[in-house]
Amino acid sequence: MDWLESLNTAWHGLNANKIRSGLTMLGVIIGVASVIALLSIGQGVQESITGSITGAGSNLLFVAPGSFQMGGVESPSGSAASLTYADAQAIADPRNVPDAALVAPEFGMNTQVIFGSANLNAQVTGITPTYQPAFGLEVARGRFISESDVNSRSAVAVLGSQAARDLFGGFDPLGQKIKVAIPGVGGGRIALTVVGVLAPKEGSRSADPDNAILTPITTAQTKIFEGRNALGEPTVIKVNVEAVSEERVDAAANQITALLLRRHGFGPDEEGDFSVTTQADLLATVQQVTNILVVFLGAIAAISLLVGGIGIMNIMLVSVTERTREIGLRKAMGARKVDILMQFLLEAIILSLAGGAVGIALGVGIALLVDKSGVTNAIITSQSVMLAVSFSVAVGLFFGIYPANHAAGLKPIEALRYE
Amino acid sequence: MIAIQNMTKVYGAGEAEVHALAGVSLEIAKGEWVAIAGPSGSGKSTLMHIIGCLDSPTSGAYSLNGVEVSGMNDTQLAAVRNREIGFVFQSFNLLSRVDALGQVMLPLQYQRGEKRLPRGERAKRAREMLEMVGLGDRTHHRPTELSGGQQQRVAIARALAQQPSILLADEPTGNLDSKSGADVMDILHRLHREQGLTVVMVTHDPKVAAQAQRAIYMQDGLIAETQVNSALPGAQQGGA
Repeated sequence: MDWLESLNTAWHGLNANKIRSGLTMLGVIIGVASVIALLSIGQGVQESITGSITGAGSNLLFVAPGSFQMGGVESPSGSAASLTYADAQAIADPRNVPDAALVAPEFGMNTQVIFGSANLNAQVTGITPTYQPAFGLEVARGRFISESDVNSRSAVAVLGSQAARDLFGGFDPLGQKIKVAIPGVGGGRIALTVVGVLAPKEGSRSADPDNAILTPITTAQTKIFEGRNALGEPTVIKVNVEAVSEERVDAAANQITALLLRRHGFGPDEEGDFSVTTQADLLATVQQVTNILVVFLGAIAAISLLVGGIGIMNIMLVSVTERTREIGLRKAMGARKVDILMQFLLEAIILSLAGGAVGIALGVGIALLVDKSGVTNAIITSQSVMLAVSFSVAVGLFFGIYPANHAAGLKPIEALRYE
Repeated sequence: MIAIQNMTKVYGAGEAEVHALAGVSLEIAKGEWVAIAGPSGSGKSTLMHIIGCLDSPTSGAYSLNGVEVSGMNDTQLAAVRNREIGFVFQSFNLLSRVDALGQVMLPLQYQRGEKRLPRGERAKRAREMLEMVGLGDRTHHRPTELSGGQQQRVAIARALAQQPSILLADEPTGNLDSKSGADVMDILHRLHREQGLTVVMVTHDPKVAAQAQRAIYMQDGLIAETQVNSALPGAQQGGA
């Protein structure tokens, strides 16, 4: 019996019981479709997260006091004490850190921001003018924080597009005064005049410019928050540094580390009381997390594929029992063990392959639908499709081999006598 | 053609040991028609299964067309079955969803070696076989669309499709009314007469057994009696 005949026999076997074959395939279809859909969604999520970190380029690095914390985390004012404004200025000096192109120190904390009846708990971030190019921000209306604002500790603010909407609704924020609560005992409030509104910006680099409330760093350090250390020096919570190029990021990081170790009185091999994090570090951490997500989603889908495979085995066993006499007859006519084995194995493989093909179409369809719907990105990779296909064939083989072997091992006389 | 020497077949072991064949010797010549009769449990089915290479004897020799088959493994036996033996069963054993032509083509796909018919010629061979049993106009009928007698004729066509040297029939008329049974017997007689087919038939029915050139009656795993029907042409004295 050659391949074509085995295939033909297997096909007729399946065709004889269309509903049963269809339902068996359904298990594989759902399994393969969910593998592809979930892997695509997982990869899409991974891509959009890493994409938002990478942003316009990965030549950013961050200097933070103590251990690094991701943006938006409120830290008690004391913890920022180890990194001073003077440190930031030293980093900005090209003689110290020749590979730093832009240095943007910031001092931000969460507090209440009020305009009229609108009351917002938001991060108010003190910055310098270099913050704008470092994060690629565009001013939609008005102006950005200027050097003279920083020098004179002006009570001004620039709002992100979403923050402006939250506080002012449809009103024009320019020239209006927002009130910012001063944290701490007997704090009171300070009024900041809105001088600019940022253009909306999707996907940022570790910051959320749409929700930003920006003010001169000096204003934040002295008028709103307690931004001084025990010696009375102004401190910063983070220094954003843009390296001259992506290749020089590590060099810049080394220069900054050496500089700060020296300034803070540490030896060149000591740990220091600050951290320098490059975007690559961040990316690696995030990717580690999202990889787990992708694997997790894939594993869930693989379980359904496994269940589909057990469905195949179950149906094949029923089919073998049902066709015991046919097997006996075929053996009496001269079918060898291997002929019977191939017949039933091929049935299982056809089921899983056909189910795999339909499952791919369905999975790709689901992934595209999710992508279009805007819930999250979905990226269909050839690897995930290949994984699903090879997995489904493997399932067919693995779960088909037992019933097929059972059929092939039947004794012809007993099989012929079977009622 | 068939030479069986002192054959035994034992099922089970110890207390439950059953001697289905207790030392049978038998020779069947080419072109002979032999009936094997006897009560159930007499060993006639076991003998038939061993002649048909569906089972192996416990001891003894079995030479088929000069080839010793008693020591063959499953795969070798399958090849011998395909090449040498056509089976006709009491319950026809047709595949329910296959038409008559497909049924007859079934054994052809298991052919191996030089006898193997190219795929393109199998339908032609199957049609010839169906015409031979008088069903040339029923090639595309499925078993449910055929009478019992017609089904058994399809089974005979199928048994002979790969041109075996022996036709083994197990109660071929057992499930048929007397008219259809007579038709089937007529066809077998014609094939035996015209093509020199060797027929070995197991039957309960003394009337059917009486149509054979030689009838072997079995009892307790042994040949109890051999009747030669000298009235039939070609009858000869068989046995060891």
